[in-house]
Amino acid sequence: MAHEHDVIVVGAGGSGLTSALYAAKQGVDVAVVSKLYPTRSHTGAAQGGIGAALGNVEEDHWEWHMFDTIKGGDYLTDQDAAELFCKEVIDAVIELEHMGLPFDRLPSGKISQRRFGGHTKDYGKAAVHRAAHAADRTGHMILQTLYQQCVKEGITFYNEYHVTDVIIEGGVAQGLVAYELASGELHTCKAKAIVIASGGYGRAWKTTSNAYTLTGDMQAILYRKGIPMEDMEFYQFHPTGLFPLGILLTEGARGEGGILRNDSGERFMERYAPTIKDLAPRDMVARAMYMEVREGRGVGTRKDHVLLDLTHLPAETIHKKLPDISEFAQIYLGVDPTKQPVPVMPTAHYAMGGIPTTLNGEVVIDGNNTVVKGLYAAGEVACVSLHGANRLGTNSLGDLVVFGRRAGIAAAKYAKEAEFYDFTSEVLGPTRERIEKILGTGNGPSVADLRAELQQSMQDRASVFRTESLLQEQTEVLKELFDKYEKVVVQDRGSKYNTELVEAIELGYLLEVAEATVHSCLNRRESRGAHAREDYPERNDKEWLKHTLVYKCPGNKVKFAYKPVVLGKFEPKARTY
Amino acid sequence: MQVTLKILRHDPAKNAKPGWQIYSLEAEPMDRVLDLLHKVKWHQDSTLAFRRSCGHGVCGSDAMVINGVNQLACKALVKNLGTTIQVEPLRGLPVEKDLIVNMEGFFAAYRAVKPYLINDEQPPERERLQSPEDRAVFDSSTKCILCAACTTSCPVFWVNGSYIGPAAIVQAHRFIYDSRDKGLRERMQALNASTGVWRCRTAYNCTEACPRGIPVTQAIEEVKRAMLYDRF
Repeated sequence: MAHEHDVIVVGAGGSGLTSALYAAKQGVDVAVVSKLYPTRSHTGAAQGGIGAALGNVEEDHWEWHMFDTIKGGDYLTDQDAAELFCKEVIDAVIELEHMGLPFDRLPSGKISQRRFGGHTKDYGKAAVHRAAHAADRTGHMILQTLYQQCVKEGITFYNEYHVTDVIIEGGVAQGLVAYELASGELHTCKAKAIVIASGGYGRAWKTTSNAYTLTGDMQAILYRKGIPMEDMEFYQFHPTGLFPLGILLTEGARGEGGILRNDSGERFMERYAPTIKDLAPRDMVARAMYMEVREGRGVGTRKDHVLLDLTHLPAETIHKKLPDISEFAQIYLGVDPTKQPVPVMPTAHYAMGGIPTTLNGEVVIDGNNTVVKGLYAAGEVACVSLHGANRLGTNSLGDLVVFGRRAGIAAAKYAKEAEFYDFTSEVLGPTRERIEKILGTGNGPSVADLRAELQQSMQDRASVFRTESLLQEQTEVLKELFDKYEKVVVQDRGSKYNTELVEAIELGYLLEVAEATVHSCLNRRESRGAHAREDYPERNDKEWLKHTLVYKCPGNKVKFAYKPVVLGKFEPKARTY
Repeated sequence: MQVTLKILRHDPAKNAKPGWQIYSLEAEPMDRVLDLLHKVKWHQDSTLAFRRSCGHGVCGSDAMVINGVNQLACKALVKNLGTTIQVEPLRGLPVEKDLIVNMEGFFAAYRAVKPYLINDEQPPERERLQSPEDRAVFDSSTKCILCAACTTSCPVFWVNGSYIGPAAIVQAHRFIYDSRDKGLRERMQALNASTGVWRCRTAYNCTEACPRGIPVTQAIEEVKRAMLYDRF
């Protein structure tokens, strides 16, 4: 079938719904395409809060938030993005409240705020209460509230449609191709502007907090089309993944007073970050946990994890402020966090890198910020770059609403001036060929086996600590996996709800984002933020204070270009906490 | 441990009627039913169709009937289910394929109660104030993940699919009891209709089925009460 909308948004998480909502408020016709049902998106799994200098609990300023964001990002954050973000996120939180978001409240009736990793007062002096929260389901409430507003606004949704192609001709985005899961039918949709808001790709690793569906689809589709990916070497491992499943336990647990302990019960973060200890940024805490395990101070029969201790907190605090994570520990490990410490280890969590964009979400293709007309991106899929080399906790939810709104408004304004381009159903060709090829293969490896190999190999060679030799090995592993993927076989040949076919297509996307990530890791010979090279342990501002742009080339090759970091108020300094 | 997994499978394109298929699996006591479904799909029979996304009970994709009870497959553990586990699609919604049901009617009922804050007053420059006590009144109904476990466990809904069902009423409750909302009367049309709240016979199935621990029946009763008080 053929469709037409002024603005089409890909993805129905926080940034997609925000974009759709603000685009619709501009008076254009908006539709959202999602491979899930609305409210299933992974924004709903975000727990701890959304950081904004509201100053409801104690003195706070957007400048302090800006400093924390830049320092947290190990000075790779673009400072214009950080400044605008830290100002606008205050309004964004108020606006969410006006939309009906049920934030927790202070006795004064104002929105309650808690402490979070890397968020400090007065430029690093002590932790600050900045994360506005709704228990430990803040993301769930944001997702629900935004969807409610989209229902109110009457926005069109294409649920369980998988976007398989974006039509870009002569530097202009014209529409997209989607596969309808329910029927197996292919659809085209003409659009004057497209907003990509499809989330991250944690499923490239074995242990992840990400949903099964986070497979980097849109990154891969654009990467294959020659659009670069920015800063893919910066992938965040969240310190407190429930061990061994990797399910997220919010940093808010440490914000409320939780402590990480090793086998002797030592509060080991005191050695790594003497000032803010357990509330150091995620990259530092994740590395500290690995160091403890590596040096034999891990817990358990295999000494392969550490403990998150909440037992000293009043049971009421845990029940009221951390109910969901308490339930996760109870259900999945049989551990009652009011009585026993919870086994944790880092889990693949968040892509700082992604599709390069301007401050208005316009997708760019080089270091000169050359724009693809009509193409926008926001949220985890995009790289503004607000998060630099390491994202601070709570800044992802802020990112969704601040940059989702900017992208939505910019897309709508552009669409008002633009015309639909003419294209025929011929654009379905590449998608149809890919599907027919997968369905027509008779003999070869299964999707599940190849994916397991990819995830294990990424876990072993491209996670928290990295070295030249392991990364080099991983590029070879990926080459082999690409070859094997050519022969991947699916058993299900039906057209209705062929979820196996979809998993096969998603595996192809995972391979692409893994390739972009591993090559970017190999290329950056320094340690910065979440990118820790054991063979280059120091940050090297002289050579590497710049953003990476990685382009796909024929024959499993890549090429690199660079983009300067936007500096400003805050000079790069050594990063200690 | 060895587990027998019985799945009620149905591909309406191929067969008029559903049929049980039996799989034998190696499982751990701490495995989720979702893990078992993945073991089948990834290693035994990849044609099996089911929905899932987050895998830990917050997205609401994988509600199904497990050993006769509505549960999320990602929150149901083998150790609590025994060595023979029976899985069926949610009841009362049309089956599309295997464990996938058509959710359109469910979401239509959701939309009918106007599930968004209704308040036409100009908001203040900063946040609207709300006391922690006022916020607590509707706390549990904000937990809803729209998984449909409650609605599809309701005997009234089984008999009459046009009943808006517990999930939609929980959404109405979330707003009616929010001190910032002024939309009770606007929601009455759906709630007071012959397909609205008065259909509820307090069977309590919904409360038992809710994977988020929401006291659903109580919420329905409170919505009825708000509607009654509004008349006087």
